[in-house]
Amino acid sequence: MRGTLTIARLTWLEARRRKIALAAVLCGLAFLAVYATAAFFAHRSVAQGVVNLVAQRIMFQTLFQAGLYVVNFLVIACAVLLSVDTLSGEMSSGVIQTLASKPIDRAAIVLGKCLTYWLMTGAYLLLMAGGVMLSVWAAAGIVPPHLVLALLLMWLGATAMLAVTILGGTRLTTIANGIVAFALFGLAFIGGWVEQIATVVRNDAVRYIGTTISLVSPADAMYRRAAHELQPSSGALGVQLTPFTPLSVPSVAMIVWAVAFVLATLLLAIRTFRHRPL
Amino acid sequence: MPEAAIDTVGLRKEFARNVAVADLSLSVGRGEVFGFLGPNGAGKTTSLKLLIGLVEPTAGSGTVLGAPLGERDVRARIGFLPEHFRFHDCLTAKELLDLHGRLLGVRAPALAARRTALLARVGLEEAADRPLKTYSKGMLQRVGLAQALLGNPELVFLDEPTSGLDPLGRVLVREIIEELRANGTTVFLNSHLLGEVEATCDRVAFVKRGRVVHELVLAEMQSGLDVEIRVADADAALLDGLSEFGSDARLDGALVRVRVEHERSLPAIARWLASRGTDLYELKCRRKTLEEWFIEVMGEDQGPG
Repeated sequence: MRGTLTIARLTWLEARRRKIALAAVLCGLAFLAVYATAAFFAHRSVAQGVVNLVAQRIMFQTLFQAGLYVVNFLVIACAVLLSVDTLSGEMSSGVIQTLASKPIDRAAIVLGKCLTYWLMTGAYLLLMAGGVMLSVWAAAGIVPPHLVLALLLMWLGATAMLAVTILGGTRLTTIANGIVAFALFGLAFIGGWVEQIATVVRNDAVRYIGTTISLVSPADAMYRRAAHELQPSSGALGVQLTPFTPLSVPSVAMIVWAVAFVLATLLLAIRTFRHRPL
Repeated sequence: MPEAAIDTVGLRKEFARNVAVADLSLSVGRGEVFGFLGPNGAGKTTSLKLLIGLVEPTAGSGTVLGAPLGERDVRARIGFLPEHFRFHDCLTAKELLDLHGRLLGVRAPALAARRTALLARVGLEEAADRPLKTYSKGMLQRVGLAQALLGNPELVFLDEPTSGLDPLGRVLVREIIEELRANGTTVFLNSHLLGEVEATCDRVAFVKRGRVVHELVLAEMQSGLDVEIRVADADAALLDGLSEFGSDARLDGALVRVRVEHERSLPAIARWLASRGTDLYELKCRRKTLEEWFIEVMGEDQGPG
């Protein structure tokens, strides 16, 4: 535990000193500023009576889900980019040698780095999704349901990508690891769309393909489940369908699978790293 | 008999089809300053990593400070300065040593005192609060050395410790090795600078293609002298006679060579040559340097790495 916390502290210090955390926060704030401005002007058009109530609901629901969609992508990109170089880079430069020659389990290096990046990803998600929610609430007074659950699901999706990237870093070079991580996210994305299309055309075979892809890379499935949780009931708002509304909702079993996926991936990363020549 | 600091039998490491270490069998005694010599690509750094546990052997076994290779707890008693020391350069020297001290399990008050003493010893107390990215190569090597000594180790592995150091830095490393020897610390030194090795080590091993091919006790090396004699007629009787004064008497072209133990053999040889009526044109002696040993042991087939 001592080793894990020491490495976690080192990782945070490094992220802070290299201005990684600052860059993420500043870019996030820039995004939120643009987003809040859009929400403000949307609200003004409502106040001027340009749109009716249903159109207003659709507009804000779309704006909200589009915001979260982008936030989800940014948080996943953040999880991948933070961790893509952390093991492979330190192995290729030799930095890892003096750490690994100390009386700590190599698992502490993997878990320490992972812990910091996981918390940073969570904080980034909270900032970005919180900013989006605050903007929509301030503009339209909309408070989506199941906020905490939805955020936890999005965090779980990002954690899955973080775990995959950490695992890749134990074997691959930095660039190869980045390519694999984003390819897996792309796969998850297309898997989600395959499931959506299969739901529309009622084709079970195609839906199984989509579900199988989600099993291999569950990040997008967690976003779709989160988006579903944030959907207002039809009675509350009268509007459910937007371009970002998930038609195929991942099950609770998929959430359990995502948790198991993260744990299994991290265990595999630890096992691989323990035997890796440094 | 006290257990060896390092003891290995048949250690082997293969990377895919490449054999980095073929058969490493060596023993290093407690308190010994041991030099590990070989050309580039001989498997020195991989051997060192095998001993520290950074690399798992493909075959063979060994112990370090009495514990099997790779055992985690024993690493608290080991110091290690890697070749091309790299670290988190956003940290200051103080922060780097604190980090490594915590990983070693050194408690805070003792760590602060040890850190201050070591930074002073390597001449970095004034630069202690500067980020390492502002350090010169020599300063980085010195902070790396301080890192290796942080846990008061019983065994220190130094992989090319003087690379990047100016002459003053090299003297500092030599002094630190002497201090370690005086404290009974075992030092495993991997260096290309044979002069440094000759000045500091008790014993050396020559490694070639992943095998120890020769070991040499440096004190013994310094006790012998190579004598070179140029005479008019060298014959078998002359060689037999010279064998009385030393060993390995042989003809080498127009010269006769013989190895003697002491300098006082030289006038005796001269008198003996004169007494048998041999015309003596030249008689000189010299100690074989470690570099000459290196070239001899590595052989003609060993090109520069």
